[in-house]
Amino acid sequence: MKILAKAGVSALALTLALSAAAKAEDVEVLHWWTAGGEAAALNVLKENLAGQGIGWKDMPVAGGGGEAAMTALRARVTAGDPPTAVQMLGFDILDWAQQGEVLADLNEVAAAENWDAVIPAAIQKFSKPDGTWIAAPVNVHSTNWVWANKAMLDEMGIAEPTTWDEFIAALQKVKDSGKVALAHGGQPWQDATIFDSAVLATGGPELYTKAFIDLDPAALNSPEMVQAFDKMTQLRGFVDDNFSGRDWNLASAMVINNEAAFQIMGDWAKGEFLNAGKVPGTDFLCFRVPGTAGVVTFNSDEFVMFKQGDDAAKQAQNAMASAIESPEFQIAFNKVKGSVPARTDVPDTDFDDCGKKGMAQLKEASEKGTLLGSMAHGHANPAAVKNAIYDVVTAHFNGEYDSTQAAEELANAVEAAQ
Amino acid sequence: MASVHSTAEPDFRTKLQDWLPKLVLSPSVAAMVVFVYGFIVYTIYLSFTDSKMLPSYDWVGFKNYATLFGLSAWSTALVNLAVFASLYIVICMAIGLLLAIFLDQKIRGESVLRPIYLYPMALSFIVTGTAWKWFLDPGIGLEHTMQLWGWESFKFGWIKDRNMAIYTLVIAAVWQSSGFVMAMFLAGLRGIDNEMLKAAQIDGASNWQLYRRIVIPLLRPAFMSAFVILAHLAIKSYDLVIALTGGGPGRATELPATFMYSYTFTRNQMGVGAASAVIMLMGVAAVMVPYIYSELKEKK
Amino acid sequence: MAVATQDTAVRTGRITRTFIYVVLIFFACFYLLPFFIMMVNSVKPLPEITGGNMMALPKEPTIAPWLSAWSTAQIGVEATGLKPYFLNSILMVVPAVAISTVLGALNGYILTKWRFRGDTILFGLMLFSCFIPFQIVLIPMARILGILGLASTIPGLILVHVVYGIGFATLYFRNYYAAVPTELVRSAQIDGAGFFQIFWRIMLPLSGPITIVCIIWQFTNIWNDFLFGASFAGSNPPMTVALNNLVQSSTGVKEYNVHFAGAILAALPTLLVYIVAGRYFVRGLMAGSVKG
Repeated sequence: MKILAKAGVSALALTLALSAAAKAEDVEVLHWWTAGGEAAALNVLKENLAGQGIGWKDMPVAGGGGEAAMTALRARVTAGDPPTAVQMLGFDILDWAQQGEVLADLNEVAAAENWDAVIPAAIQKFSKPDGTWIAAPVNVHSTNWVWANKAMLDEMGIAEPTTWDEFIAALQKVKDSGKVALAHGGQPWQDATIFDSAVLATGGPELYTKAFIDLDPAALNSPEMVQAFDKMTQLRGFVDDNFSGRDWNLASAMVINNEAAFQIMGDWAKGEFLNAGKVPGTDFLCFRVPGTAGVVTFNSDEFVMFKQGDDAAKQAQNAMASAIESPEFQIAFNKVKGSVPARTDVPDTDFDDCGKKGMAQLKEASEKGTLLGSMAHGHANPAAVKNAIYDVVTAHFNGEYDSTQAAEELANAVEAAQ
Repeated sequence: MASVHSTAEPDFRTKLQDWLPKLVLSPSVAAMVVFVYGFIVYTIYLSFTDSKMLPSYDWVGFKNYATLFGLSAWSTALVNLAVFASLYIVICMAIGLLLAIFLDQKIRGESVLRPIYLYPMALSFIVTGTAWKWFLDPGIGLEHTMQLWGWESFKFGWIKDRNMAIYTLVIAAVWQSSGFVMAMFLAGLRGIDNEMLKAAQIDGASNWQLYRRIVIPLLRPAFMSAFVILAHLAIKSYDLVIALTGGGPGRATELPATFMYSYTFTRNQMGVGAASAVIMLMGVAAVMVPYIYSELKEKK
Repeated sequence: MAVATQDTAVRTGRITRTFIYVVLIFFACFYLLPFFIMMVNSVKPLPEITGGNMMALPKEPTIAPWLSAWSTAQIGVEATGLKPYFLNSILMVVPAVAISTVLGALNGYILTKWRFRGDTILFGLMLFSCFIPFQIVLIPMARILGILGLASTIPGLILVHVVYGIGFATLYFRNYYAAVPTELVRSAQIDGAGFFQIFWRIMLPLSGPITIVCIIWQFTNIWNDFLFGASFAGSNPPMTVALNNLVQSSTGVKEYNVHFAGAILAALPTLLVYIVAGRYFVRGLMAGSVKG
């Protein structure tokens, strides 16, 4: 047991140097873009690197929005054999940054390509903690979107709602017509995704920041938070009986197939609509969750770079980081993924209406300081806290707590998880 | 359970012959000591540290255990395991026994039926999870189909119901392993000496009495083996939960295995995860040690 | 070993027999149901699935999903389908099953025929080791594989599967060999046969049925493993990891028909093993593990 006991994080640096990692001119990439279009989009990056003589060893591990990949990563790092680059989200990046000597330093590339100026500050918080670039952001997803079936809205004479009350009225109208008003899948992360918007629609960026980023107990258990939970109760009234456990894309399919009118979901939902041959603006609408206009809650996929032993490997790693931030890859990848580029100086000509809207709003929010990390997607607080919030939100949405109890539980759970 | 065994030392054993068996056994023993018991000790150690994302070695005493038992999800997981494991084991054995007895009645097409009963054991829930999820989903599955076929009032929405979802796990788990249990019982039945049964029949015993008084008691070893295998599958049930319910609705179908995984790997609270693993192992030991002890003692 | 007969002495009447057939067929349907759902949906075009009834037969059957799952579906950045991952799985499964079965046979032989002080306790400890939840071994295992230089390699993965396969393999063989008369071994010893000679000449020829049971058990468990494969295989992942990658796309379009086709493809080897070796399976169980 002595060997194990000594083999702490401090020993990782040593073993990194000793381990025979990927061949010098290869990059080994751990990610969970494993299927369909997004995996094909990543191939653009692979081809780009191949053009520079850099090989690509693929290590895809799907499952639970990256959970399985994070487990595999821990096994790899503990074994002293980390991949070159790892897809990661939000606070996972910061957790790894705190582990000391395991991550690479990309400052040289970043300085040469002026990342400081073109990547929004809210994203730099993750990719450049403590002044060192450790990750190359790939995309920015924003999560406070509503996807609506235009034909159904036109038929019922519903205009695009701009306030929460209008939204509720619109939902009610759909419900009265006998259709499903809100397509939703009862999985903790989906419940939390709509909760992000409910909090923003109640107390704006101030409440959101205090509650989810500062984790202020007073804000977590406040009358405003009770109102936010009340909004969840309202929404709960508009989902169908079978929502529990449904995958988000089946919920999207309900909107596509004229079974439901609205879905609150991140911009990856767009892919489902496009794949079904629907055209933005004509067949379906995308707009910010009413009451949250002007604010963008985001999650950003980044490739975190792990420290490599020799110079050739480092060079390959730097070349990969540089290729990720190239406008060509940013456009090619994000067009497919439904997200928007992580740098704000990329032209929007190749994007569709929803993409253009998203890019403009991202830039605006970034300048105004209302670009906020999504709690539901691990960009507002650490994993333990996030999951504690999930527990309460899901329990409330499933009727275990009333709104007052939920706000109390929320403050308690967050405190316990810290 | 009678094993033939001699306690007398054979006088012709050479020294080599004496230690050769132990030498051959030693790699397995070494592997077991390191990879099983070493890791268990390591996990116990971790459960007293403040490990978060990666193992750390700062001692915090019983804090993780206090946290663990303060979490309502953990008590839910324990209760769920008790409900799940007992139903799963009992139902699997009942169905397994029933099918084995029926299949043992010179059934035409036994060679077709047997692989049909057995095949679910060959598939992991990574493969069958989606099919089960759909089947159980009231919107697209059994309920929907029954209603399409005209049975309007048919309801089967357990998977969406916090209080019933755990039973859907039992259904899927029973589907997977009851055929395997059937094979074990069938093997047991085929091993029973027919003369004994014939003699009992001549004494006027009915079929029912025959099975209850003679056959089932003779199947005791098969029951025991089935119990070990089912208990081990029940405790390790993880893929099943992830594939069917993901622990939901809410966290109503959390089991200790999913709880442990989520705290160790996704919630970055490895210390709490390790504490839950230790409690789980203690539970396993409480059930298995008396069983193993009685089994082995009998064989002496 | 007792002489086993295929027949039972129990007699049944016509009504009882009808009842028995009904029950047996009912359960056959129950067991086949998920497979039916997978088959039916794997030959439907995608819109027919998302827009229709999952139990309905396909209106326009197509084998395109099968071809896609096999050779063109996107698995990670490569659009290779599941094809290349078969080899990885086989390279891992075959040695792992062979080694753990051999070790199990030797252990069972020693624990029953070469008994020594404390052998029962040792066996008890081995039996208990079957119950260790695999999730807790990930981190320390990764550490040890790193030290051994086996991290992210197929030999490393084989080592892991062998280590955690020994317990059950030993259990099967020990219970089976317990029924082999020790006199056989003793008289061979008197004839001057050594440890390995006895194993080779006496035990092995008797071991057919239990070897099949052990191989079936190990093969399906190792083939179906996901956790170790995802954590320790590096960039040569086995079939299950590839299948999971195919079906678990987080934010992409879900092609259910391709998923089902892929799932059946990935399960084919284990299905085949059960169907082909199934008859020997019951025989093997009969001869060994469920009897004292």
